[in-house]
Amino acid sequence: MSLLEVEALEAGYGPVTVVRDLTFSVEEGQVVAILGANGAGKTTTLRALSGVARTRGRIAFDGAELVGRSPEWIVRRGIAHVPEGRGNFASLTVEENLRLGAYVRKDGGRVGEDMQRCFGYFPRLEERRSQPAGSLSGGEQQMLAVARGLMLRPRLMLLDEPSHGLSPLFTREVFKILRTVAEAGTTLLVVEQNANLVLDFADHAYVLETGRLVLDGSAEELAADEGVRRSYLGMT
Amino acid sequence: MDRFVQLVVDGIAIGSVYGALALALVLIFRSTGIVNFAQGEMAMFSTFIAWGLVQGGVPLGLALVATLAISFAGGMLVERVIIRPVEGEDPLTILIVTLGLFILVNSAAGWIWGFNNRGFPRALPDGSTEVLGVRLSFESLGIVAVLLAVCGLLYLLFERTKLGLAMRAAAANPASARLVGIDVGRTLMIGWGLAALLGALAGVLVAPQLFLDVNFMGGVLVYSFAAATLGGFDSPKGAVIGGWIIGVAETLAGDYIGFIGSDLTILVPLAIIFGVLLVRPNGLFGSPEVVRA
Repeated sequence: MSLLEVEALEAGYGPVTVVRDLTFSVEEGQVVAILGANGAGKTTTLRALSGVARTRGRIAFDGAELVGRSPEWIVRRGIAHVPEGRGNFASLTVEENLRLGAYVRKDGGRVGEDMQRCFGYFPRLEERRSQPAGSLSGGEQQMLAVARGLMLRPRLMLLDEPSHGLSPLFTREVFKILRTVAEAGTTLLVVEQNANLVLDFADHAYVLETGRLVLDGSAEELAADEGVRRSYLGMT
Repeated sequence: MDRFVQLVVDGIAIGSVYGALALALVLIFRSTGIVNFAQGEMAMFSTFIAWGLVQGGVPLGLALVATLAISFAGGMLVERVIIRPVEGEDPLTILIVTLGLFILVNSAAGWIWGFNNRGFPRALPDGSTEVLGVRLSFESLGIVAVLLAVCGLLYLLFERTKLGLAMRAAAANPASARLVGIDVGRTLMIGWGLAALLGALAGVLVAPQLFLDVNFMGGVLVYSFAAATLGGFDSPKGAVIGGWIIGVAETLAGDYIGFIGSDLTILVPLAIIFGVLLVRPNGLFGSPEVVRA
């Protein structure tokens, strides 16, 4: 059984349906990418998994049905969501942001330990731990968002455009940490427009077009696919 | 000089009442972006509950504690039943809803308790003490002490507890707060409950000095609006300091500016609101821009 099994998912907001009849799965320990142009439904798919979109169909996470559950319940199952636009709490300090990442955890005593681990990954955050998150640079804010997700000790981490707005240098640094996280056993589901970057990094990838799944395969297969190369890798 | 100091002290005492109600306004504005025009009426209703309990033979101390608890629950109920359905609607809609709430609470109080003036018992001891030639009433000192204690407790709640952190997170970024597992609806309800509790406190502190009737918090609300505007509508510290400045300005103007006297002191907060909005719209301690995502 896969860690995450999505079947015939329909998701949207209010009267608008963005994702239709989407079926895919994520194996435990894998890094899986969802590719697609703007408006393809990538973000909505992640939001459906977190319980903050209107959702129909079946989402099984480690055997538990997520459709119809509250976001709080889903977070408690161990799904961390690093949203589009980073989702930091700008007026709160870096340290408070990290503590919020661990909000639903019951083992309060080990939160400090995990914060140290995050500071180990991102030493800049430790230097800025008492500053408001809003005062950080764009790259530091993305690091904070990833670190906040890690504070949950998630089994599955949803990342929405982690490279968005970052310089190549910062992007490499963030993905290097994500690689470490994945190797430590956390399953990652990454949404990206930067296909070059993510096909290098992922084990498996899905391609969405206007709310429907059009392609799926191992990252190598997709990187070699003519259509993908033309549409998403900017090559002819 | 003694007279001046006396007036300042009295101003700080009454300003503490404005500060408490201004804190209630700020608490709700920070967490929801809503300016609750019914805050004063909710406080009036709470004060009537205390009065009713005392009339019914409940000892004053117990009546006050019960009133605070009932107000907290009532504030949560108002959020859940009246505010939640219009959450996220445009500001004009919400403005109308809080004005409707104002009228609803006011009329309900009139229907239950009538429109007559009532005397309200003093919770704080009578008498006074003299410090360096200035006569300080125990009541004034008590009001200031209560406000400072409340500020201390609020500080501990928001800065030292997990619930407080969750409330600040939900105010700063509600969408993201849900994604880390915070029940944002619950934190909003608690915010409204706390605001109603603060309002109740302001009501029972000021009621002995005024007559209790269904409109007695109307004036206080205007002063509290001035306090919150002056301090910055998203700053709790600003609400308290703004309250003191407004209170002192009121007592000094009433005494030293002949034509204002005791009848026209309501001009003082209105002039201050006008001046602040003209010169420094974010107030003394407010954020330059309150962005609500």
